[in-house]
Amino acid sequence: MSGTSRIRDKFLELDSKNEKALITYTMVGYPNEKDTLTVIRGLIKGGADIIELGFPFSDPLADGRVIQNASMMSLDKGANLGQFFRLVRKIRQESNIPLVLMTYTNILYHQNYEKFFKEIKNAGIDGVITPDMTIEESKEYLKAARNNTIDTIFLVSPNTDKKRLEKIIRQTTGFLYLVAVYGTTGIQNKIQQYTVDALKNTKKAANRKIPVGIGFGISTPDDARYFVKQGADAVIVGSALIKLVEKTPPSKLEKTIIEFTKKLKNTTKVS
Amino acid sequence: MKPRFPKDGRFGEFGGKYIPETLVPAIEELEENYLKFKNDKSFKKELNYYLTEYAGRPTPLYFAKNLTEKIGGAKIYLKREDLLHGGAHKINNTLGQALLAKRMKKKRIIAETGAGQHGVATAMACACLGLTSEVYMGYKDTIRQKLNVYRMNLLGSKVHPVKSGSQTLKDAINEAIRDWITNVKDTYYLLGSAVGPHPYPVMVRDFQSVIGTEIIQQMKKINKKNPDIVIACVGGGSNAIGTFYPLIDSDTEIIGVEAAGKGLKTEYHSATLSAGSKGVLHGMMTYLLQDKEGQIKETHSISAGLDYPGVGPEHAFLKDANRVKYRSATDKEVIDAFLLLTRTEGIIPALESSHAIAEAIKIARSKPKSESIVVTLSGRGDKDVEVVEEYVRNIKNSR
Repeated sequence: MSGTSRIRDKFLELDSKNEKALITYTMVGYPNEKDTLTVIRGLIKGGADIIELGFPFSDPLADGRVIQNASMMSLDKGANLGQFFRLVRKIRQESNIPLVLMTYTNILYHQNYEKFFKEIKNAGIDGVITPDMTIEESKEYLKAARNNTIDTIFLVSPNTDKKRLEKIIRQTTGFLYLVAVYGTTGIQNKIQQYTVDALKNTKKAANRKIPVGIGFGISTPDDARYFVKQGADAVIVGSALIKLVEKTPPSKLEKTIIEFTKKLKNTTKVS
Repeated sequence: MKPRFPKDGRFGEFGGKYIPETLVPAIEELEENYLKFKNDKSFKKELNYYLTEYAGRPTPLYFAKNLTEKIGGAKIYLKREDLLHGGAHKINNTLGQALLAKRMKKKRIIAETGAGQHGVATAMACACLGLTSEVYMGYKDTIRQKLNVYRMNLLGSKVHPVKSGSQTLKDAINEAIRDWITNVKDTYYLLGSAVGPHPYPVMVRDFQSVIGTEIIQQMKKINKKNPDIVIACVGGGSNAIGTFYPLIDSDTEIIGVEAAGKGLKTEYHSATLSAGSKGVLHGMMTYLLQDKEGQIKETHSISAGLDYPGVGPEHAFLKDANRVKYRSATDKEVIDAFLLLTRTEGIIPALESSHAIAEAIKIARSKPKSESIVVTLSGRGDKDVEVVEEYVRNIKNSR
């Protein structure tokens, strides 16, 4: 890999402080254009290490109810790529935090991978997560990402076998995203044993070459603390934050997000 | 020309598997088992038994004499898939996949449905073979096709109305995929059209190819040659690909008919191949109806079964290869065709199939009497009489 990566640098920095990463997800245009930035400011002030910017897609088939509803609301209010670029540029004026775009293949393909990755790199995006992009279909996608030094964060699942894990790891830069559950994004009631086993196996396959983040169903500081203890290099919180945004009045939004993010971040400080 | 079982799952640049990683092992397991059983003697024998004794194959190839005379041109033949058990071609595929699911030892079957025909055919196959089934159906479709909801319930299937998105077929597919991700170990996803990630488009095509194979045999008996033209309607495109595929290497002119709704120049149609652009939805690269940023558009058709913003990837391939002509019929043309066939032949066609009839009516006149046109009558129209009645009443009132 050539070029610098804010994501890689962030993990190195955290490692030196004996910390794990808190990765937070929020959606472009949710609850509206203005307050997306309020939420992000709250996340940054609360201590998030990496921010995933979800860009809404009309057919989010890997997402549960919470993110589905947020996507629909955001699109209904007119969320578009122009808004996304405005947002990224504003964040970049204020912060050097690593930014990852999470959306579905069609949004990226429709723009043309090469052209779009160049544009998002220029705006300040560091990586992409595309839940319906498999390594088999990723040739052009990877080429465009490498050309523009965009990290390609692939997802793996508890049922991904060892051989495939290794294949995926070879195409992954930034960090590897372990999907914690059999299911879509959203809040889960209890932590499953298979998730703990999957984390162990994924860490082993990653072999310290690439950090392993775990997400889907991690919604409380207790969940986060548990997975940090089990060896996750990063914990990823999404739906719980969207839910918090949903029920918080705009006047209290930044403060509420800061408080919740702080609680989450505290769990990632190992010593 | 003819990608039989594309190893990388692609028809030219179309198809593939764009799916969440959780589904990859399930899709691989499916492909492996399908390849294993599709040529397995006892599997083929069992499927053939059910297709014949349970579903009612072979279906007649009926010479529509009255319709032909009324139009005055080429001879029109109807491939009577509407006479199958359940009233549509869907049972060809659901029996095939349900038998496969059984061999794969999957006990829980999920499916999506648009008009409800695939849901009913799934519920029937599952009841017959001792499997439990759950069907996702767009909330809007549960209302416009409530009779089919009731039929599924009677057959022991649980219907989940889907209230997300546009509340139609595409959203039902999203929800079925989400269910599959969640219950991936013990659940078999019985997809109803030649869409989705590989191997579905290939597998559904193969199970539906019995339509085209029978047409060839039957026309040989009648005419000692292949039909000059075949026509089928295209939503996802399963009855069409089943009709076309065995004829791809022949000289037969092949025409697929999409739903032009209120017109291709309006926002209210489902004519993906005629008016769409390339993109990725439901695990496949294909033509889609989408806006300038790649958001999938809501579609319209008077027939719920064609109300889908994507199309099977093999159709996308056949369009670009110029092997199949894809045309469209408007709601009005479809109603006219529905009424004409009903009155001349005493056959009530499904609104989906009426799109193909409309095209036959358009072209038959200009063709010589010596030529033969085969139209796949993919389903019967009992489910649609209310919609037709309302449409006709509104036209009368607006006059």
